[in-house]
Amino acid sequence: MSKLRKDYETTLWYRLLCFVNGEEKPQEEPEEQVRVEEDKTIAIVPEDIWAPVEEDKRQLYDMYRHWTLGRGMKLFHRLYAVFAVFICAVIIGTLLYTVSYLPSFGDAHNPDNNEVAARYIEKGLQETGAVNIVTGMILDYRAFDTLGESHVLFVAAAAVMILLRLDKGKKGNQAQAAAEENDRIYEPKNDAILQKVAKVLVPPIIIFGIYVILNGHLSPGGGFSGGAIIGAGLILYLNAFGFAKTERFFTYKTYKRISIAALGFYALSKSYSFYTGANHLESFIPKGTPGAILSSGLILPLNICVGMVVACTMYGFYAVFRKGGM
Amino acid sequence: MFTALWNNVEATVAIILFGIGFTNLMLNRNMIKKIIGFDIMDSAIYLFLAAKGYIKGRQAPIVVNGIQDVEAYINPVPAGLVLTGIVVSVSVSALMLALTIRLYRRYHTLDIDEITMLSRKEEK
Repeated sequence: MSKLRKDYETTLWYRLLCFVNGEEKPQEEPEEQVRVEEDKTIAIVPEDIWAPVEEDKRQLYDMYRHWTLGRGMKLFHRLYAVFAVFICAVIIGTLLYTVSYLPSFGDAHNPDNNEVAARYIEKGLQETGAVNIVTGMILDYRAFDTLGESHVLFVAAAAVMILLRLDKGKKGNQAQAAAEENDRIYEPKNDAILQKVAKVLVPPIIIFGIYVILNGHLSPGGGFSGGAIIGAGLILYLNAFGFAKTERFFTYKTYKRISIAALGFYALSKSYSFYTGANHLESFIPKGTPGAILSSGLILPLNICVGMVVACTMYGFYAVFRKGGM
Repeated sequence: MFTALWNNVEATVAIILFGIGFTNLMLNRNMIKKIIGFDIMDSAIYLFLAAKGYIKGRQAPIVVNGIQDVEAYINPVPAGLVLTGIVVSVSVSALMLALTIRLYRRYHTLDIDEITMLSRKEEK
């Protein structure tokens, strides 16, 4: 109904509505008329009369503006630093006060050494077949957790690739892509020391990584650490010899295939226990004698899968950060 | 209080490291340094967790000679938790660095205040 009123545009409600919608006030026209009249009156007076006032105004404005940009900014930063240190000191103090009430370090009767740890230690070898109790725990009792971890790595690699991969088809990326390509040609600087050292070191590093992965259920280590070692070896090789050589055996396609195959195998082999019931976690693969390489059922293949995913992800991170693609 | 802190010196060091990382995160305006502070905080948490699992005079949880006594081994649960944490922190660091690179390519600065100002100017 109110729209039918003639003076609707001057009502409080309409102005509030405009304010809420973020529009300009609908009172432009009458004000402009007034301004035009004012301009006429000003035009008669010589402009010099207003110059000192304008100068004063400008000075005042500059003072305020420079205060926020110069001294005000400095003051703000100093206050911010003081408050930041104060807050950090308060947090450290509170946490240290809490730590002083914690049970002492290395005591066997601490509340975290409860029946869960006891169960893992007492029954772990029989139930998982792994001599390394930590591996038995993370790849058998809590294998879903580890599956999630591998997926976190995979998703992180995918996200980094989305953010940094150069799309060569797009306009504007051409120059950058050409620069990267140029960089790749001149990248292996043929550093004699680096190449010799890499020639000697890379095979033992990769073999050691494979050893750590394959012995994950027997000794300290496993898929994550072994995969990281293999990734480090690949990165060293890449640094010494350049992308032209690594691309003979490791491209984006290889990365995709290895990651998807490993994660798919892991997910399938562990999700079968969903269908057989949550408590039925025994696998059909025999446990074997504890201490042998081929023992402990699914743990060894799962370790290999995790190791492949981690190695590919480490290398992929490096390659994407270095040249925006693999 | 200080004897209690000395009895838990690993936890104390972890808390101080955490504080250093947090201060770094708040005081530095450079994004890369902020990420380094974040990683220091991560390491402090791992130190704290790993220290919680230790028991004096016991072996690492790898069954040797068939001994399966609770009295023989330390607590294996914190080790598994630290492993999870390390993997996640690697992923998060890589993601943060990638985002920083994208910001740098767009605004040509790593200062977070300047980036905020420039992005506000762009919005106008």
